[in-house]
Amino acid sequence: MTQDAAQVTQKRRLRSDQFSGLMLVAFAIFVGWANRVYPFGSFQAPGPGFMPLALAIFIGAMGLLIAAGGARSLPLTEMRWPEAKRAAMIVLATVVTVVALEGIGYRLAITVLLIFLLGVIERKPLRMVAILSISFPLLSYYIVADWLLVPLPLSPWGF
Amino acid sequence: MGETFDGLMLGFSVALQPEILMYAFIGCILGTLVGMMPGLGPLAGISLLLPATFGLNPIIAMVLLAGVYYGAMYGGSTTSILMRIPGEAASVMTCVDGYAMTQNGRAGPALAIAAIGSFFAGTVGVVGLMLLAPTLAAWALRMGAPEFTALVMMGLFVLAYMSGGSMLKTLSMASLGLLLGMIGIDQMSGFTRFTYGFFELGDGISIVPVAVGLFGVSEILLTAGQEEPPKVQKPKLRELIPSPEEFRLSVGPIARGSLLGFLLGVIPGSAHIISSFISYGMERRLSKHPERFGKGAIEGVAGPEAANNAAASGAFVPMLALGIPTSPITAVMIAAIMVHGIEPGPLLIVDHPELFWGFVASMYVGNVVLLILNLPMVGLFVNLLRIPYVYLYPCILAFCILGCYSVNNSMMDVWIMLIMGVVGYGLRKFNFELAPVALGLVLAPILEISLGQSLAMSAGDYAIFYERPISASLFVVGIILFGFAIKPYIFKDKKDWRAKVGLEGDHS
Repeated sequence: MTQDAAQVTQKRRLRSDQFSGLMLVAFAIFVGWANRVYPFGSFQAPGPGFMPLALAIFIGAMGLLIAAGGARSLPLTEMRWPEAKRAAMIVLATVVTVVALEGIGYRLAITVLLIFLLGVIERKPLRMVAILSISFPLLSYYIVADWLLVPLPLSPWGF
Repeated sequence: MGETFDGLMLGFSVALQPEILMYAFIGCILGTLVGMMPGLGPLAGISLLLPATFGLNPIIAMVLLAGVYYGAMYGGSTTSILMRIPGEAASVMTCVDGYAMTQNGRAGPALAIAAIGSFFAGTVGVVGLMLLAPTLAAWALRMGAPEFTALVMMGLFVLAYMSGGSMLKTLSMASLGLLLGMIGIDQMSGFTRFTYGFFELGDGISIVPVAVGLFGVSEILLTAGQEEPPKVQKPKLRELIPSPEEFRLSVGPIARGSLLGFLLGVIPGSAHIISSFISYGMERRLSKHPERFGKGAIEGVAGPEAANNAAASGAFVPMLALGIPTSPITAVMIAAIMVHGIEPGPLLIVDHPELFWGFVASMYVGNVVLLILNLPMVGLFVNLLRIPYVYLYPCILAFCILGCYSVNNSMMDVWIMLIMGVVGYGLRKFNFELAPVALGLVLAPILEISLGQSLAMSAGDYAIFYERPISASLFVVGIILFGFAIKPYIFKDKKDWRAKVGLEGDHS
């Protein structure tokens, strides 16, 4: 590839601000579409669809301006995501915990979450994993549910 | 003045009760710990503690949460100075010269000046709150829907002007927050909007899961995987005393930072963050030796620390006097009061003087507690920073789940927290500010209802906004500031305050 062609390719690469601006535009279009079922009313007597549509238009306009001025931002492909894999694992573990929370109770769900995060993702020593994953749910349950009397989900086995 | 004095005496009779003193003490300690932990700033900390206040009386709840707020501001400065890690966003500027002082062997004086500056500014802020809030509340009784619309709009314009990053991104995030605030039943028409069959969303989205998700969970996702704890200096008590020259250099910045912070704190926006940036820029500009800044200038610690603490106090003025949250933190505190059936606003001082004045007096007490407690105990607190983050973040995440669930016993809140955490992570990767989202969320109902009521009052005539002097003045101020904000976009050679204090190079 010649130097000129490389420069053209470099210029054509999508930039981070261009990407985020276009995402905002897409979001604004979605909100505008979802808002079609609510009466707009009029400028003199706004209906429930007035403000969301006005905001969607504003967000779309901001998105366009961000994208238009984003030529000097970092190329999207050069953005670094070193933490992304670990972040995805944490999100996945939290999703499973939230799904299980009301089924198996707070203490058991949080114990499993901590074992997964500390033992599987972080690979910490077994003794530390055991101490933290058992003591934290029990202690936090005692403070919040028993002491502050805030009800927390219980397992079908009563704990 | 006599009424103010009587009110203050009533406040001290409340705040000096042993039980309330104990909660002020607990709040300050918890806040300091929260402020020192990356991933748990004052907002996430207060949001997580909110359920714990439901069983307390409203005065104690406010004292506890205010203590957490101050403590978190102080804790944030400790990590900034010792480790160059801002525990919360307002401490970013303290990192610059605070950490440089630590490297020069002057960590102790930097911590002491930060604490003294915070104490002085906090006290100035409380005096301002004490004098200004009752006057503003009396004045606010004359305000109607058009004035509230204008006030919220002005707040959004100010947010655009004062944002630390790109104005376009800030405005888009504020709009996103406003849009989130539209979810649920429209109070003017009774229509249910954007709930997609989830009846739990009928009451709208609460600030707590949004705040915890955006500020707590997103931070965990960004920083998880830090293996080694950073090296921490542990200053001894005798090393804390600043030299006479350091004292002399700090007096002016503390005084200016206190005044600037308080004035900015009264205006809606992320004042405690912005004020520290502006104070730093101002001190660098006023200094006879600006080249010292960035290399350990004590003025660069004194000014921003005073400014962010004064702004924290200033934010309570519109919250208590008008019932309008000027920041996400005050929005959570309003939620804490409203849980007890008390409506913040102009009538709060009249209907619940013991709550208002007790809160004001407790702020004096909290400032003293922080000063006498935290400096001698700084060595103890820094031990927390030696715990590897890989052990801390799973517990913080579990706390986030626990805190969000226990506010309404709702799984929906936990899901919202998780979604907001992922959204916040993505937005931060693309350099979007998150505070305007939370602020927009709490301002949305006020804006929509007051706009609807204003137009109903005027039979749809928008002239109501410029025919009434207060709303017209607020709109004019807002539009002038917005004009200043967009000036650098129109005239490419003009620099705005962000560029002048080195916050932003471009205006994308």
